[in-house]
Formats: sequence, C-alpha cells, structure tokens
Amino acid sequence: MNPFQYTRSLAAAGAIQSVLKEPHAHFLAGGTNLIDLIKMGVVTPERLVDINPLPLKGIEKTATGLRLGALATNSEVADHPLVLQGYPLLSLAINAGASPQLRNMATVGGNMMQRTRCNYFFDTAMPCNKRSPGSGCGALEGINRMHAIFGASPACIAVNPSDMNVAMVALDAVVHVKGPKGERKIPFADFHRLPGDHPEKDNTLERGELIMAVDLPAPAFSQHVAYLKIRDRTSYAFALVSVAAALKMDGNMITDARLAMGGVAHKPWRLHAAETFLKGKTPGDDTFKQAAQIAMQGAKAYRYNQFKLTMAPNAILQALKTASA
Amino acid sequence: MKQDKIGDPLDRVDGRLKVTGGAKYSGEYKVPGLTYGVLVPATITNGTVTAMDTRAALRAPGVLAVITPFNAPPVPGYQPGAAKPVKGLKLFNDNQVHFNGQPIALVVAETFERATYAATLIKTTYQPQPFETDFHKNFDKGVVPNEGKYKDYVRGEADAYKNAPVVVEQDYMLPSEMHNPMELHVTTAFWDGDDKVTLYTKSQGVVGSQRAISTAFGLDPANVQIHSRFVGGAFGSSLRTWPHEVAAVQAAKLVKRPVKLTLTREQMFTLVGYRPLTIQRIGLGASTDGKLVGITHESHSQTAVYEEFTENAVNVSRFLYASPNANTRYKVVPLNVGVPAPMRGPGEATGSFALESALDELSYKLGIDPIELRLRNYTYTDPERNLPWSSKYLKECYQQGAERIGWDKRSAQPGTQRDGEWLIGYGIGCGAFGAYRSKTSAKIKLLPDGTVNIQSATSDIGPGTATSMTLIAADTLGIPADKITFQLGDSSYPIAPTQGGSQTVSSVGSAVHDACVALKQKLNTLAGLSPDTTAPIDYAGILTKHNLPMLELTQDSQAGDDAKNYSMYSFSAHFAQVYVHPLTGQVRVKKLVAVVDGGKIVNLKTASSQMIGGAVGGIGMVLTEEAVFDDHFGRYVNGNFADYHVPVNADIPDIEAIFIDKPDPIINPVGTKGLGEISLIGVAAAVANAVYNASGKRIRELPITPDKILMA
Ligand SMILES: Cc1cc2nc3c(=O)[nH]c(=O)nc-3n(C[C@H](O)[C@H](O)[C@H](O)COP(=O)(O)OP(=O)(O)OC[C@H]3O[C@@H](n4cnc5c(N)ncnc54)[C@H](O)[C@@H]3O)c2cc1C
Repeated sequence: MNPFQYTRSLAAAGAIQSVLKEPHAHFLAGGTNLIDLIKMGVVTPERLVDINPLPLKGIEKTATGLRLGALATNSEVADHPLVLQGYPLLSLAINAGASPQLRNMATVGGNMMQRTRCNYFFDTAMPCNKRSPGSGCGALEGINRMHAIFGASPACIAVNPSDMNVAMVALDAVVHVKGPKGERKIPFADFHRLPGDHPEKDNTLERGELIMAVDLPAPAFSQHVAYLKIRDRTSYAFALVSVAAALKMDGNMITDARLAMGGVAHKPWRLHAAETFLKGKTPGDDTFKQAAQIAMQGAKAYRYNQFKLTMAPNAILQALKTASA
Repeated sequence: MKQDKIGDPLDRVDGRLKVTGGAKYSGEYKVPGLTYGVLVPATITNGTVTAMDTRAALRAPGVLAVITPFNAPPVPGYQPGAAKPVKGLKLFNDNQVHFNGQPIALVVAETFERATYAATLIKTTYQPQPFETDFHKNFDKGVVPNEGKYKDYVRGEADAYKNAPVVVEQDYMLPSEMHNPMELHVTTAFWDGDDKVTLYTKSQGVVGSQRAISTAFGLDPANVQIHSRFVGGAFGSSLRTWPHEVAAVQAAKLVKRPVKLTLTREQMFTLVGYRPLTIQRIGLGASTDGKLVGITHESHSQTAVYEEFTENAVNVSRFLYASPNANTRYKVVPLNVGVPAPMRGPGEATGSFALESALDELSYKLGIDPIELRLRNYTYTDPERNLPWSSKYLKECYQQGAERIGWDKRSAQPGTQRDGEWLIGYGIGCGAFGAYRSKTSAKIKLLPDGTVNIQSATSDIGPGTATSMTLIAADTLGIPADKITFQLGDSSYPIAPTQGGSQTVSSVGSAVHDACVALKQKLNTLAGLSPDTTAPIDYAGILTKHNLPMLELTQDSQAGDDAKNYSMYSFSAHFAQVYVHPLTGQVRVKKLVAVVDGGKIVNLKTASSQMIGGAVGGIGMVLTEEAVFDDHFGRYVNGNFADYHVPVNADIPDIEAIFIDKPDPIINPVGTKGLGEISLIGVAAAVANAVYNASGKRIRELPITPDKILMA
C-alpha cells in the first residue's frame, strides 16, 4: 500500500473535481473491492475521494420505473419491496453474490465498477495487461478455468465477476453519470466493454465521471424469473457460469424473453438472438435447448475452461426451465 | 452435588472465555515496546538473490531494521558444525531461493503498517535459474524416502491383483490442500539479556517449540519460554517450529525489542505446509465371490527440494482388509515448492480416499453391496504386523452407520434414484488411524478449599483438551468438574507430546488419570487408609487435619510393555447421502453419518464436535478445496479466502456422530484411542462413492467440482 491523500466529498461536483486532481485518484464507495486491490498493490492511488456523504442512497419510483441511487447498498436494493415486487430477478442476482456482510457494504456503483477476479490481475508478481498494459496476459496460457468464452482478445480473457450486472443488463437498465462535461445516460449493455487492445478499460466511463444512479424501466418481468449461478461451493464463490432468465408468458406462450450470462465474458453477456428465438414459442426442453445452442454461437474456450462450453448451455436450459415452471 | 463422569457431555470449560473475547491468542499479547515484523517474499521460483537495495525501506518512517541474506545476524543452529543443526529452510542464512514466496527479507518497524509499506520499497535483483514445479512432468523423478517405514512393502506376492479373476486398477488424485486455520500464524518474541527468550506463538506443542528455539539459538531449554494458551485452529500446520518463528527471535535480538511477526493469508499458502498433491494407483484383485487376493497401493506426492516430507499414504492398504497378497510403494517428488506438513488425517486420509474408492469400484464390478464386500474381507488380526488388535469394532460401525443413513434405500444401480431433478446416491468410506500414546507428565495440586489444579505442557488447538482433562480428573478424583482447573500451553509445565496424531487424550489423559490416582493414594495414606481405598474422602479435611497448605505431586505416565503385543488403531465408517444435479453438475451432501470406534469417549459433547469438524474438513477435501498452482510462474493463483474454497455453512448438511464407545483394554487406563484424525479419514471416499451411486460418474480427481461432473 502506498501513501495517498484522502478526501471526503459532500457534493457530486466537488467529488468530480477532487478525482480529477491526480491521474490515479479513485472514488471510494463501500470499499469492498477497492481497498483489497490497494492492499494487494494492484491499485496504487494518489488520492481516494470518499463519496459516501453524497446524497445518492435513495431507491425511488420514477415516472417510468425505479431509480437506484449509486450509493444504495446491495442489501438495500435486494431487499427493497419495490425491487422484490417489480424486479425479482435483480434481487435474486444480487443475493447470489458475495456474502451478507459484503452486500451490506457494497453499493450499486461499486458493484458495477468492481474489477475482474482474474488471479493474474490480482497478483503483481505475474503479468497482466489489464493491471499493467503491455506486460502480457498470464491467463492465456495459464490457469484460465474461470475465464471468458465470449468476446475475449489475445490481450485479455478475464471476465466481469458481478452477479448484479447480469440482471441489470437483462432488465435494460440505464446508467446515469455526471462528469466534468455534464450529465449523460448510458444503456447498461454499453456500460461495460470488451477488452480488445485496451483491457485496462473495463467500461466506457470517462475520466472523472461519477455514477449517480441506475434507472430500471417499468416492471415487465415480475413473475417468471430465475437466476442460476453455478459455482465451486454452494455459497460465497464467484460464478463459473451464471444465467439470468426472465420470461413474459401469455398462457402457455412466451411473449417476451430476457436472457443474459455471467462468468463468460469481459462484460455481462446479453443473449439477444436466443431471446428473439424464444418469443412466440411454448416452453419445453427442446425449445430451451435450441435457445441455448443459439446463445452459444461463437463461444471459444481455453485449456482449463472447456467445460464452460457444456456448462453454459446446460445452465441456460436449467434457468429457462426454472423460470417457466 | 452432581458428580461429573467420563462420558458426560460437559460444556467447554473455556467456552465462555472464547465467545466473549476473553481468550487471549498469541497475536494478542501487548508486550511493552512491541515492534512489528513483515516478511518479504521472493518472486522467483529458483535461483539466487544477487543484491537488495534496502535504502528506501530503511529511510521509511518507523523502520528499525531490515534483515536480508546479506546482513542477517547468524543463527547458531544454522551454522555448519552446529552441535544440533536445524532441519529444513534456514531463512536469510544464504542467498538461495528454493521456491516462490520464500522470505528473503524481514522488515521490523514501529507499526505493522509501516513495516508493510517499507517492505514494498525493497528492490531485489535475482539470478533466476530454471525451476521444476510441475508434478506431472516430474512424476518419474519420484524417489523412495530414506526412512524405513516408507520402503516398499510386500506381503505374499507383489502385484498379485493382476492375475485375479476380477480386477480394478485406477489412479486417484488429490490436489495440494492448505490447512488454512482462521487464526494466522503469529509469533511474538522478546529477549531477556543474551540468553533468555520468551515466545507467544501459535503452536501445537510448546515442548517441541522450546526444543526447536533452544536448538536454533544454542540456549538452555530452561531459558526458552513458550506460551501458546489458545490456538485458533492449526490442523497440523503448527506441529513444527517454522523458519519465520526463528526469524522473529532473530529480529528481536537485533532490535533489542519484542517483535511480533504475523503471516499474511497469502503467506499461509507457502510458509506453513500443506497436504501435498498426491497421485495414487490402486490395484485390487478379487475372486468372483468378493474375496480379495491382492492389494497394491502406490503413491507419488510432492515434496520440497530442500526438505523431504513423508506421510502414511499407502500404509492403510497393508492392514485394513484381509488379503494374502499386499504390497505398497511410496515415492516423493522433490520440486521447487515449500515443504508440505501433515494436514488433519494426514496421509491416512489421502490413502483411504484411494483405497476406499477402489473398493467401491470393485463392489460394482462384482455386483456385491459395498458393506457386504467389506465384511467378506474383514480381518480379526492385523495382517501387516501379525498381531491381535487391541480392540476393533469396525463391523459395529458398518452396522450402525448403515441404519442411520438409511442404506436399505440405496439402489445398487447408479443413477436410478431421483428427487425431482436431483439424483440421489449413498456411499461408504472407511478408515483407520494408529492409536498412539506418548510419555507425558502432569503436575497436580490440591488446595485447602478442596479445589484441584493440574498442569501439563499440552496444547488445545480446538478439540477441548482442557475440558476432557477436567472430566477425567473429576471422575478419577470423585469431585465435581467445577472444582478443577486444567492449565496447558506453557513450556514450564511438565512435558507432554505435541498435539498431533490424535494422541492427546490418550497421552495427557493417562497422565492426568495417573496423577489423580497418585494424589488420592497419598491422601488415603494420610487418612490412615489403605492407599487404594476407593471410598470418597474429604480432600480438604485431610489437608486441614494435617496442617498442610497444599499437596502437590508430579506424575509421569507411559504405555506398559504389553502395548507392544497389540496393534492399536481407531476405526471409522463414514456414510454419505448425496444429491447430484445432472444438468448443472452441482453436488449437495444431504446427510453425513460418522461412526467411530475410538475407544472410550471422554466427553460426548466435545467428541461430537470433533467428529463434525473432521467431517467438514472431509467435505472440503472432496468437494471444494484445492490450492491451484501456476507452473509457468511457480506461484499459487488462489492464495486467499475468496478463491481457496473452504466449505461454507451451505455446503454442510446434518452431520450425525455416533460412537461405539467401548474402552480399549490395552492402550491406557481410560481406554481412549483418539478421534482427531479418524474424524476426517474416509469422508472423501464416502462422498465420492455416493456421487457415483447417484450419477454413475466416478470422479477420481478431487475436488469434485461441477465442471468435473459435467465433463465425466
Ligand atoms: C470475498 C468476496 C467475494 C465476493 N463475491 C462476489 C460475488 O459472488 N458476486 C459479485 O457480484 N460480487 C462479489 N464480490 C464483489 C462485491 O460485489 C464488490 O466488491 C462490491 O460490489 C463493490 O462495491 P463497493 O461499493 O464496495 O465498491 P468500492 O470497492 O468502493 O469501489 C469499487 C470501484 O468502483 C468505483 N466506484 C464506486 N462507486 C462509484 C461511483 N458511484 N461512480 C464511479 N465509480 C465508482 C471505485 O472507484 C472503485 O474503482 C465479492 C467481493 C469479495 C471481497
């Protein structure tokens, strides 16, 4: 850990100004990811800008849906009556992540921004293009069991580890950010990015931009939902593969579907083609298997994550079965 | 007043202290003038340190010293020609690096944070050498250890299984597993002058620690005081004194102040041992009616290039079942890794996983129920040593376990029982662990208020040693448990063995028993009675009458010669009911029944806890735990609690512990055989065998994670 400055901000504009002061300044929310990374020497900040005093904790109804303040904790969101009623998929996904103690500290913004859990990223004694651009990718030829099967690049095969993000992308959430150039909205699906040649960039936020809130559209999937997370122990482990599934049913017909995967790509992985395929179909193993097959198109595995090519379609099938039951 | 008896479920005597934070662990002693030591690990896997620039570190605020191979004050026991040379790694004694993570410097500062920061400022130049960490690649470089008991063993004919009518021949793999107790390893050391040193250290044996530190520094053992009153779990990782403990003492001498050195969780993966990666080949040959005609058990496991580590992986196959022919081969593969250490159940648990899995495979080949197969090969004497068992109730274990798990509901056909989407299966796995007893001594003191204090230099790493010793004393003296205090974890007390090998109750319990008997004899004599009178006497009254301020004696205790004429083991049969999800590969243990012949049970409550804890360790071994290693870099990739998966509550089902509870007539006066290891031995096979029964998938490489189920 290196010595650094610490600033507490009372207003968003001030926080943004403070974080622009040094090239390596970071917002501090729950701290459950950032502090670990600082201790490991992965992040060496010059300044931490504590945003906890900002009034961004609210969970409120809006004209079109629900607004989640960037500082609302993961527990507050998962347990909120309006979330449980209108967006049960989000609640399931959040509760599948981490532990109660962590969820009590972790925030909406922090969860979105959490870094990959790739072991090479975490260990400064090994190469990682994400941590130290140009040093190489240790995972490519190394232990890549947890790694991507979609959208990876030769520079980086890490995955986004968040469970919450998988539900958010499935639900078409919209991110509100404020930065030195003003405010803007980013569709959740465009918030995270694929690694390409710049794996050091996890997302499309620009320097100094602060997440203010995440908007959910009007509730559309409040009944037939499932979040399936396959992991190495029953609780408190990151996903090998996870699937968020939400169906709208009219009698025995699927009228709308949302499907996304976690643990498979550098961003939460929305499965549009499979969703389109499901529309107008009646639920059943064959239909679901075909949807899974469509979803898996373009998948590519590495030495230790070959199993994901089997596990991912199985997980889609199982999640759709559960959601439609 | 109620008389506490051996066998009662007595609450832990230190339970309240532990749950209220009153129990002081080794890292919690606030010694005046305390300083903090932080280790700097090497980031190469083999080679030499050619230079270290410590200037920035030394200039950093609060830094008192930086010890490196280039300036380390000599440790007498490390020097060539030392009277008693120290075994294993000698930190900072030379500039060689044998494994990645080996400490190459120790920073001492006024605070932990300052030492941690200064450690990052050291610039090291290395001359790296090629290294070997890949176990599979180096498999053929395995060597037979020097120690006699690891030499090849043959009874009858070697590899006789190959010619039997029914043959199973399979390889089984266990990854490296870390002990990972919750409490980090920590040592606080301080000197008094040049020849006396005191340590608060996490230790399973204060007498062993005293010996090791006095050897390293050429001190009179009486001048080395070791305190380890409470230990937050160890599982074998504190059986020995590690090089970093010596380094803490070395640093304290240099800075002339107390030094506290705490390992980080990541350092716990490289510096305090682990269960070694092991590949075992089992060959079983049987007649068509299920009688074993040959057992062959071979094992290869990793060790360090700088020190040989061995354990009893293959031994179980020599004696657990009757077979005219049996042979074992055991080899270790030296690699550029830290040295392993015994981890709960040690080699016996490793070996039992392989043997009991193979036996299960044989049962399906033969079409014979796994319990019936074990009964057909039951042995009433030890076929390895040709001796009678001191006691053996394994048959009773099979029977009671089968009843409690509902074995009659097991389908002989794998993959045929369902509960909704989940497949159901049942499995059994058995084990044996030597019942040991070492020479031990206890001091007993009777005070005029009728209370009794007993001291012995044993440890309590969690089983509830003080509680069971209190119960043995209460029963033997015929006074209530709350009138007795038992003290441990201090090297100034009478000698006791290290708490390992499941021998504490047998060894220390015998000393406590014998000390109580001796005290009672003395009091009987004072009271004018025959020494062996068993009738209750008024302890305090006798002291008052004879005007004695107290009565104190120290009693040695050790096994009689008779013990040599018997083979002494604890036995276990573990039963698992398991659910397997065929689509997701998830495995859920639904119920576990552990039945143990561990001789007489002293405290039903702590004994049950011991069995449950062992079963949890077994579930970790079979389903979740693996220290993952990258052979390109020679480093563990999951050296933390997020990625190294110890089981969580959600992984743990109802665990039922059942005791045969029959005293062993030979081993010791109380008749106890030991539980610590046997509680884990056999669990992995029981679960793996149940997974097969549920799903038809035989996973021979632990841990059984969802990917392996799907890819099998
Ligand atoms: C042991 C362990 C297990 C875990 N398991 C899981 C799991 O299974 N599933 C899962 O999904 N997660 C898991 N997590 C991760 C956890 O969800 C994240 O650590 C948490 O969500 C981060 O939120 P935080 O508020 O603590 O973020 P912080 O640590 O405070 O910040 C993280 C990052 O976000 C940035 N940031 C924070 N808020 C804002 C904002 N408003 N605008 C812009 N940038 C911002 C910070 O600058 C920092 O870079 C686990 C974590 C741990 C330690």
